[in-house]
Amino acid sequence: MDISKLTIAEARRALDAKEYTARQLVEAHIAAAKEKNPELNAYLEIWEEQALAEADAADAVIAAGQQKALTGIPLAIKDNLLIKGRIASSASKMLEKYVATYDATVSKKLRDAGAIFIGRANMDEFAMGGSTENSAFGPTKNPLDTSRVPGGSSGGSAAAVAADIAIASIGSDTGGSIRQPAALTGIVGLKTTYGAVSRFGVMAMGSSLDQIGPFTKTVADARTMFSVIGGYDPNDSTSLPNAPTSNKKPKVIGVPRSFLKEGVDADVLAAFEKTLEGLKAKGYEVRDIEMPNLKYALAVYYIIVPAEVSTNLSRYDGIRYGLSMPGDDIKEVYRKTRGAGFGPETRRRILVGAFVLSAGYADAYYRKARAVRSMIRNDFIKAFESVDVIATPTSPSPAWKFGAKEDPLAMYAADMFTVPVNLAGVPGISVPSGTVERDGTTLPVGFQLIGPHRGEEVLFQVGEDVERL
Amino acid sequence: MRGRFFLCMMGPMSDIKVDVKALAELVRMEVGEAELAKLQEEIPAIIGFVEMIAAVDTSGVSEDTSLRNVTRPDENPHEAGLYTDDLLAGAPAREGNRIAVKQVISRKK
Repeated sequence: MDISKLTIAEARRALDAKEYTARQLVEAHIAAAKEKNPELNAYLEIWEEQALAEADAADAVIAAGQQKALTGIPLAIKDNLLIKGRIASSASKMLEKYVATYDATVSKKLRDAGAIFIGRANMDEFAMGGSTENSAFGPTKNPLDTSRVPGGSSGGSAAAVAADIAIASIGSDTGGSIRQPAALTGIVGLKTTYGAVSRFGVMAMGSSLDQIGPFTKTVADARTMFSVIGGYDPNDSTSLPNAPTSNKKPKVIGVPRSFLKEGVDADVLAAFEKTLEGLKAKGYEVRDIEMPNLKYALAVYYIIVPAEVSTNLSRYDGIRYGLSMPGDDIKEVYRKTRGAGFGPETRRRILVGAFVLSAGYADAYYRKARAVRSMIRNDFIKAFESVDVIATPTSPSPAWKFGAKEDPLAMYAADMFTVPVNLAGVPGISVPSGTVERDGTTLPVGFQLIGPHRGEEVLFQVGEDVERL
Repeated sequence: MRGRFFLCMMGPMSDIKVDVKALAELVRMEVGEAELAKLQEEIPAIIGFVEMIAAVDTSGVSEDTSLRNVTRPDENPHEAGLYTDDLLAGAPAREGNRIAVKQVISRKK
């Protein structure tokens, strides 16, 4: 078996045809993971013993003809998703030894569908960052060029799939944390509609934006993963009721041209245009659209996210779980624990959040940002009155070298095409399409498709056409 | 290239004074002197960037009126104590079935 060629669909076929066993499949992935991980640091922990036991159980299920969509399929799980009895650290010193006391709904659904968890994937601490350099346990390297970042925050989940040490993986996306690393490592990444996938048991970062989604090698696999993890969950108050998917054939692709004029590498833009030309040749109409408020998306995002981070991360205080530093009184315990447990970017966002929410400034920053966010959301609603799907590059540049974006604002700018999607709550997918050269290395470029609310099926349909180019 | 892009987006630097030390006190987070000096540069730069939205006319935007209560009814509680041991196992300090905390008001002045 050549695991570098394996998709969920192909592994499913081969497992069901008894060409190899789930145990052999899992053993091959664990052996490859053990070999590659010391350099890549994609996994913070490999669950060898449990994964092999799960593989044996999967083989019994397959032998009985009871297999489900993911029976025997090895996955990587982002370190902010809870699996009962296992460490979930969000790549933070704060939760280095934290053992989950319950299963996230997504973990349970994956387990019920037969998936096997190979290990927990590295990430930027508490999902804040775009390069995985903010992990408290060292950065993940891009398997395509180990001098470059894999993107982030779900960089470990992306690298695991790109390096063929998981067939697919789970990530979370607050402002691009699935789509951007998928683009930088040359795989498919799906951010689902806000509320389409339960967040019960996922560590909250920006609650009005966070979504869970898959990394896969193909669009078809993304559809399979979405069908497993999606659906209403009474344990998540933002969960959407189940609804039938639209089968309308998408025909019109909108491009917000004026938003692409600045800040994008010329060759990335050229690759994007080439993909559009290919889609035109397949019969799609490509139409320019105006989305005048997209230019404010980054500013809005970097007010709303710190505000929500500041609030959500107040729970890490050294009292109930996680790191606890000794102090003379409870205030000292709080100060010392939070001082020792959080890394630089997390601290920066907590402080910025406290500022934009503070008395006297909340109207000018937080409430103003909410109002502009409504205008951005309306830009999307208006656009989808005339187009079926919107296309942009996923990232304005390909994978960059470690340390190249020391300035936090430079790092934030890498999210310019992905954050508007989270602000609007609509789904987006990154599909690899085209390459660019940097220092003699060929690097992949991601093509981002944005769908209307609950329009994941539209993304899969157009995404599969992008794959066929 | 990215840096230049930002400079042109940022416009004039914010004249708002950000007291990072006071913010750190507010969020109960110890911040060392060296980091404080760095943050005292970085945070005003971030605020200066996000301030671009001040110029946006939001007079036509109204708060979303479709908000509704989505919390589930408070009913069918699970059996008492079912998760107590699991949850307490993660607590830094424990006294019986309670989480132990340091005193809230210090005797030291």
